[in-house]
Amino acid sequence: MAKMTLQELRKLRDTKKTEIQKRDINDKDTQVVIGMGTCGIAAGAKTVLDAFLNELDEQHLSTVSVTQTGCMGLCYVEPTVEVNAPGMPSVIYGKVDDAVARRIVQEHIMNGKLVSEYVFDKPSADIIKDGGK
Amino acid sequence: MAYRSYILVCGGTACESSKANAIFEALNIECRTHNLENEVQIIKTGCFGFCEQGPIVKILPEDSFYVQVTPEDAKELFEEHIVKGRELTRLLYNKDNSKKHAKVEDIEFYQKQFRIVLRNCGFIDPENVDEYIAREGYVALEKVLFDMTPDDVITEMKTAGLRGRGGAGFPTWMKWNFTRQAKGGQKFIVCNADEGDPGAYMDRSTLEGDPHSVLESMTIAGHTVGANQGYIYIRAEYPLAIKRLEIAMKQAREYGLLGKNILDTGFDFDIEIRLGAGAFVCGEETALLASIEGKRGMPVPRPPFPAVKGLWGMPTVINNVETWANIPVIILKGGDWFSRIGTQDSPGTKVFALTGKIRNSGLVEVPMGTTLREIIYDIGGGIANDREFKAVQTGGPSGGVITKEYLDTPIDFGSLTKLGSMMGSGGMIVMDEDDCIVDVAKFYLTFSVEESCGKCAPCRIGGRSLMNLLEKITKGNGTLEDIDQMKEIGSAMKRASLCALGQTAPNPILSSLHYFEDEYLAHINDKTCPAGKCKSLITYTILADKCIGCTACAKKCPTNAISGERRAVHVIDQAACIKCGACYDTCKFGAIEVR
Repeated sequence: MAKMTLQELRKLRDTKKTEIQKRDINDKDTQVVIGMGTCGIAAGAKTVLDAFLNELDEQHLSTVSVTQTGCMGLCYVEPTVEVNAPGMPSVIYGKVDDAVARRIVQEHIMNGKLVSEYVFDKPSADIIKDGGK
Repeated sequence: MAYRSYILVCGGTACESSKANAIFEALNIECRTHNLENEVQIIKTGCFGFCEQGPIVKILPEDSFYVQVTPEDAKELFEEHIVKGRELTRLLYNKDNSKKHAKVEDIEFYQKQFRIVLRNCGFIDPENVDEYIAREGYVALEKVLFDMTPDDVITEMKTAGLRGRGGAGFPTWMKWNFTRQAKGGQKFIVCNADEGDPGAYMDRSTLEGDPHSVLESMTIAGHTVGANQGYIYIRAEYPLAIKRLEIAMKQAREYGLLGKNILDTGFDFDIEIRLGAGAFVCGEETALLASIEGKRGMPVPRPPFPAVKGLWGMPTVINNVETWANIPVIILKGGDWFSRIGTQDSPGTKVFALTGKIRNSGLVEVPMGTTLREIIYDIGGGIANDREFKAVQTGGPSGGVITKEYLDTPIDFGSLTKLGSMMGSGGMIVMDEDDCIVDVAKFYLTFSVEESCGKCAPCRIGGRSLMNLLEKITKGNGTLEDIDQMKEIGSAMKRASLCALGQTAPNPILSSLHYFEDEYLAHINDKTCPAGKCKSLITYTILADKCIGCTACAKKCPTNAISGERRAVHVIDQAACIKCGACYDTCKFGAIEVR
């Protein structure tokens, strides 16, 4: 790398900032949890995980954390994905694939609209806690 | 590249000495075995601060905090957490076995902390300038070079009210302003990284974990006062910090953030490292400058202060590592923001190195004005092994003891001085009831006497005389006159010594005499050491009614001073006993008595 000018430094900072922000868990307001038990992985959860990570990257969303969890017990609709976004009900999607994952990012996370045909369940704990908003 | 997991391995000196490097290597091997190099990033960071629990491995985004990890754990940790996606509960930090998953924000050690100086430690890879840049690194330098005049910078520093973190607490903006206004072509910027207080390691950790913050702020100071050469004076015992500084300087030069024509502005500023041989007195600024010049490290009387007449007689700004690390944040967020943290007397935060008889030893950064109780009990988790708190020594060999009655004092520069101690560099050594205050005072005085450069008589002779008196007292030969004499010598040293080393060397004695005079009197009048530490004053005896004759103590005794038949009461031969205490620690029946 050669010596930089102010503009080059700022450009470098912007690129690196999106990278490092993924590591910062304190500024995350949205959680995507992917069921990655044996059943989920067999049904393609790994592709779904990659799809989420890449789509979030392409959309420059840095406030979303993507984590994995074990089997949610809904093995017949795997891969399953739970999404908690601010101002939205907590939702579990079933039969998610690459295309659905990208739709969830664009519609649910960015535009606040459920991808209704894939909504599988609304966990009851959520209904009790938040009055089922 | 989108990673799904980040593994942060602590690469501070403390964790590296407990094989953090091997853990890092083993995790990388696992990562390659599972073909996950493109999905998992493994980063070696600076110190997390929670050294008691090291080596520490943190995995994101789950925020799982794994403690006391060994290289042998790496395989299982990787396979469970990364491959199978479930936490390895047996390694999670878990204070009282109550919670399965301790998120970092739930850990009491971190709850009251506020990190400015250590903002990047334990988060970024200190050997990669890009990571520093991504965390608003060098934005302050941009501001200073392009949007602010040197006067603006001084005003901002004045508003912030930052005081030197090296010990004396002199307002940083004033130093800078003196040098800025001083006449003379060549001016210098110096970073004092000669951290020498026993138990203090915040400067080392800052340099190891975030070296660019110091380089950036030295460059800012250079531009502000009109200097184009800087020196970092660091002790050779800090090899890791030196290595990371060298890497950081190389990367900053390649990027044009250091060296000639910085960011194409025509401003030149470069930094050189000068290694110190580890003399404590070289932390004193005039001795430090002499050492950089290649002379013997001995202080000279001030004034003139280095800000006006410093390195090679030229105006020199000299600040300590922790002070430097604050400056980019002040420029970035503004002096007003900074001045709202901490107390009116001492704005900002302070990093303390919490050690001694404390449950969670480590590096702690708290706003000024936090009480000792909060630091010792809430963050530090209280006294180790459920013993009773006796006192805390702040300011290392220059400071004094603070007792239980003053635990609720909000700490800043002023309040500690009022209690007869001082801030110093922020070492905080906690003592429990098993520590003898006379013995502790002797420990610190021994340090100061050994480190005295010998130039001025009050420090050289006064220190030695105090030492003789203390030795006399701990051997049981002390008299009441000795106490008066110690006070007299101490106050003479305070007034007449040339530099802070001699001026503060009597502090541990004077303050412990003030708070624990009865303990000195016990040594003198009753010839006993209440804590059982001073070997000449104690005897170990076996209580006949408790001894069952198990022979355990006799087997442990290094001088074979214990004799007795199996299942019969044992006896200690006092002439052969060296008072090591091994029998006391070994006996399961409480049959050994110390008096």
